[in-house]
Amino acid sequence: MATAFSSLLFLLGIIIVLFNEGLPIFKDIGIIRFIFGMSWYPTHVPPEYGIFPVIAGSFIVTLGAMFIAVPLGMGSALYIHEMASEKQRNILKPVVELLGGIPSIIFGFFGMVIIAPFLQSVLKIPTGLCAFTGMVVLGIMAIPVVCSIAEDALSFVPRSYREASYALGGNRWQTLIRVVIPAAGSGISTAIILGISRVIGETMTVLMVTGGAAMIPKSIFDPVRPMTSTIAAEMGEAAMGSPHYHSLFAIGLILFLITLVFNVVAEIISRKYRIKLGLDV
Amino acid sequence: MKLLKVMASAALVLTLAASASADKSKIVMEGSTTVLPIAQAAAEAYMDKNADVNITVRGGGSGVGISSLMDSTCDIGNSSRPIKGSEIAGALVKGVDPKANVIAMDGIVVIVNPANGVSALSKKQVKQIYTGEINDWSKVGGTPGKIVVVSRDTSSGTYEAFGTLALEGAKVRPDALLQASNQAVATTVAQTANGIGYIGLGYVTSSVKALTLNGVDCSKATVLNASYPYSRPLFMYTNGKPQGEIKKFIGWLLSADGQKLVEAQGFVPLK
Repeated sequence: MATAFSSLLFLLGIIIVLFNEGLPIFKDIGIIRFIFGMSWYPTHVPPEYGIFPVIAGSFIVTLGAMFIAVPLGMGSALYIHEMASEKQRNILKPVVELLGGIPSIIFGFFGMVIIAPFLQSVLKIPTGLCAFTGMVVLGIMAIPVVCSIAEDALSFVPRSYREASYALGGNRWQTLIRVVIPAAGSGISTAIILGISRVIGETMTVLMVTGGAAMIPKSIFDPVRPMTSTIAAEMGEAAMGSPHYHSLFAIGLILFLITLVFNVVAEIISRKYRIKLGLDV
Repeated sequence: MKLLKVMASAALVLTLAASASADKSKIVMEGSTTVLPIAQAAAEAYMDKNADVNITVRGGGSGVGISSLMDSTCDIGNSSRPIKGSEIAGALVKGVDPKANVIAMDGIVVIVNPANGVSALSKKQVKQIYTGEINDWSKVGGTPGKIVVVSRDTSSGTYEAFGTLALEGAKVRPDALLQASNQAVATTVAQTANGIGYIGLGYVTSSVKALTLNGVDCSKATVLNASYPYSRPLFMYTNGKPQGEIKKFIGWLLSADGQKLVEAQGFVPLK
């Protein structure tokens, strides 16, 4: 029982430290100026702590990554669950799990050394280290998350639903689109939301691949600097207790709250969905 | 059986711990990626000559080195910029008294991609490019194309030194690509046809093209006689004056042998 509560202890510890170290910057600068300020120059004299471009960077890269991960992840889940033969399933499922097990530093390395120069020459953009490359690599990283949770969702749809559809004269395709997917809808939303959580918290990859320019991009081929890479790049040199240090913790706090909201929403949706299907009371 | 396994692993751990601390003095160096090649080469050469010393070298940037020295998590903080007043104050509060030891000279070289037609720029043009006033290569005599500006992130001493020497305190343009080390800047510029960046002299290789600045090329002679505009000293900061093994190491680095090693790494010795 003690070990189970240790997780609670660690979580509380993290929350306490984040609030403790992050709130002082709000007292110094004010929440509105911090969150909506457009200029991040923490070591300039005088320093400027506006993180809106950094938040925008996170959101833009996450959104783009989901545009890639959701169709590919959903498509894989549908194929693996509904249409693949036993032999194909035995190959595809482990392959997807393997993709999900690759450490993110390898994706970052691969992205920086191979994908970025490749996109740079193929798309004739000024530099391959931009938001678009980040979206591509993060999208690939999120596919296994979306795929495996969507697949679970599909497998929870009771056979009776499918059989009822066939009995009423529906063919395989209609059953899939009109009955199975809507029934698994909440589970699929959970898959997407957890995919978003994974991507928004990704650090090493975005640090190496998105270019590191703290500004709101005018096109997806501009470099950006998400929240995670800002913290990772600058934490080492921020002297303990300085405003720079507190501002980095504040970014961490905001990131934590965003992921918390996403996870809570996913939990609520998934519980509603289990009740609806009669699996929970 | 389980007790036997526990005892065996405990014995193994104790032996390893004992051998690790047995009779070896340790020096931990951390900080500037500019000083890093010098530090690594010096560490290896020194450990060859002195088998009872163990030296570890880490990068991270000058800011990280000084910050670690303040927190007493390293013995020598490598830095390619002078320590700031606020850092000295912060260190004294923690009981650390940072002392500078100049171990080499360096020139910050402005580099472009080898395919770029531009070979020379003025100080003013570099400042205008880096602050966002000039955006296209055609304005400085090259073929038209958007300039991709590469810079270093805030923990870099090279960034701070460049900010003082080249930008005179102005802000770097917000769309500059911020890289984590000298090597990352060199790699990025080597891969980006319209790129421009700045690195320490020791990092210049044939994969990038060094520019002439205000008519002066960066070399040992021009750095030592200060005719190259972006010359700067490289520091190793210690807590108080160096003592014991650290004093011997830095002493060796400042000797003829050590300075020959500095030159072999591509940097500028003190004489």
